[in-house]
Amino acid sequence: MTTPLQVTARLRDPVTTADHIRGPADAAVTIVEYGDFQCQFCGAAYPNLHELLRQRADTVRLVYRYFPIANVHPYAERAAETAEAAAVRGRFWEMHDWLYEHQDQLDPVHLSLGVEQVGLPPDELNAEVENRAHADRVRRDFVGGIRSGVNGTPTLFVNGVRHEGGYDLPDLLAAADAAANA
Amino acid sequence: MSDPNGLIQPGRTAPGFTLPATPDGGLIGPEQFRGRPVVLAFYPADWSPVCGDQMSLYQSAAPVFAQYQAVVLGISVDSIWSHRAFAESRGIEFPLLADFEPKGEVARRYGAYLPQGEAARALVVLDPAGTVTWSYLSPPDVNPGADGIFDALDQLAADRKVMAG
Repeated sequence: MTTPLQVTARLRDPVTTADHIRGPADAAVTIVEYGDFQCQFCGAAYPNLHELLRQRADTVRLVYRYFPIANVHPYAERAAETAEAAAVRGRFWEMHDWLYEHQDQLDPVHLSLGVEQVGLPPDELNAEVENRAHADRVRRDFVGGIRSGVNGTPTLFVNGVRHEGGYDLPDLLAAADAAANA
Repeated sequence: MSDPNGLIQPGRTAPGFTLPATPDGGLIGPEQFRGRPVVLAFYPADWSPVCGDQMSLYQSAAPVFAQYQAVVLGISVDSIWSHRAFAESRGIEFPLLADFEPKGEVARRYGAYLPQGEAARALVVLDPAGTVTWSYLSPPDVNPGADGIFDALDQLAADRKVMAG
């Protein structure tokens, strides 16, 4: 007897203008990352994704979606909501980069300093995060991820298909080039 | 005895059982949750050395399970003491059941026991009446995620709507 429903690993929520996107709109390859700002594996992948975008500037774009595993990473949700508060002000990627470059400083005090370094008003952002103003957006990303087969962080989808390889630069380059030539 | 037919398949009545569970070692089993869908998540062992392990993932997805009024029960052959420490370290609030004595008996009855002495990584979804509606066997080292579970829960909800209509 066969199982009527299969566990799938395809991106179900298509990329829209509401997403946080870095790279050319007409890129042949779209990489969607589901990430957790407090996850060390996401932190390890961060510079490699950066370098990938630099080396494949014409062909690859990166989409970032929130996937905080809050029960394991106590600062992840707050970091995600802070990034979204920055996004509302057009500063998502600056905040994103700061978070991954300061993963040991995600506690509220240091996070406020980070917001300030990014050039945003910390008290204003804090208040929004305290009021959970951006919780729905983070939750929406998370639920879309879990419905798409995200089973940990980081999970990447390369042109809609879950990336099963590693996150070192050669792995990422190979995956992106294969998708570009498919 | 393990089920010679492998993992329990849709359409079968879920074998009843209770096992000691977190947080306090009280006995928990699927029959206590009749009227709600129940997700049995068999897994090899506590303490897998990764960030997004399967049980942590299900805890983080608790609000989504709640939307379906679904109950999640994690089951492995670890003792209640291991389960407790594991649940505490990962912030897992749903019950982890200790299939510890006789070892793996429940896993065997569901066809989810491995010869090396651990539960398989197997997902079994029960409908509110306690009938298996979906099951899935994952390789032990692959976290199956939760997408298959939510597809099964969607299907259940759709079927119930048809019945009610």
